[in-house]
Amino acid sequence: MEQLRFEYAAGAPASRRVLVGVVGSGDLEVMIEPGDPGKTSIDVTTSVNGYGRVWDAQLTRVFSAEPRAAMRIRIHDFGATPGVVGMRLAEAFEALDEGKEQP
Amino acid sequence: MTRAALLSRESFVELGARARAQALLDPGTFRELAGPFDGLTSPWLKRQGVVPQGDDGVVVALGTIDGHPTVVLAIEGAFQGGSLGEVGGAKIAGALELAAEDNRRGVPTRAVILFETGGVRLQEANLGLASIAEVHAAIVDLRRYQPVIGVIAGQVGCFGGMSIAAGLCSELVVTREARLGLNGPAVIEQEAGIAEYDSRDRPFIWSFTGGEQRFATGLADRFVNDDTTAIRDVVAELIARPPRSAHRSERYTDYLRRLGRYDASKQPTPDAVRDLLGDQT
Repeated sequence: MEQLRFEYAAGAPASRRVLVGVVGSGDLEVMIEPGDPGKTSIDVTTSVNGYGRVWDAQLTRVFSAEPRAAMRIRIHDFGATPGVVGMRLAEAFEALDEGKEQP
Repeated sequence: MTRAALLSRESFVELGARARAQALLDPGTFRELAGPFDGLTSPWLKRQGVVPQGDDGVVVALGTIDGHPTVVLAIEGAFQGGSLGEVGGAKIAGALELAAEDNRRGVPTRAVILFETGGVRLQEANLGLASIAEVHAAIVDLRRYQPVIGVIAGQVGCFGGMSIAAGLCSELVVTREARLGLNGPAVIEQEAGIAEYDSRDRPFIWSFTGGEQRFATGLADRFVNDDTTAIRDVVAELIARPPRSAHRSERYTDYLRRLGRYDASKQPTPDAVRDLLGDQT
């Protein structure tokens, strides 16, 4: 298990909390809460060691592509491939935009 | 099931724990207690190098089913095999205890437990076992006032200490995909030998511990298709009933008598088990 932390510039705080995914084999859980204005922080806990550069590359691409709301994100990863990570993040952003209130 | 029926139905087995709870409760009444953002994750997993989950694999949802106040306790089978540790077990036990307390104050809260669990979480050892014992006690307390409905949908099934919890429920609902057993197949194979119990022989395993067999032998009360609407309707019907006056778990004398008739020198067959346990008169 390895814990990683990333920070990115962001806009105003996100409007709500969102939870997608499950900590199951090849999957991950993405928990999003409103962050401090101007900053998104991402704490990744992953079962697979040594993939810090892959996480860095993927998250930097996702969070630099377009301006996003400020979020405090926690990721609990259980061996998801970058493809699954990308789909879970897209699902979470969609839920955030839809305004679907999560637990 | 025809192909059209298969395509039109919504599978319950394929839903995650939270979606299952939402599917059972009346629309708009789902309210999660002790949820994933409340900081109740397992304090033990990270120390052992295991990634935790925000809700520790247990969803506690309060709402109504056909207007009846109900707490749904859904175990997430995909997270650590649905294993119960200190936090997840305490969430279930605490919710059941509060439901019983509700009843003592005149609020007729019922409970539905969605079992999808291998039993105790080995990484949390005695703390998990202690919490499962509290779940047992809480079910026995609450079922005096209101029905406690257990559902085993599959595909993890229900094993270990939680199989005892399933046996304590007022009513138990199973699907064809469900399995119910005190020990899981791998454990039995390890102890009894592969000649007696091959854990990789899936038809063999299901023929003894599968939902259909458990229903035929009277250890489950309802056998339903893996259909979200059908399962919701059965749960709604059972939950509206008055509490049972007698429970299966109180009939141990009868079960001991039946087991006493079993000839352990012969390898049992599913039919022989049905003959031994099936006739409930």
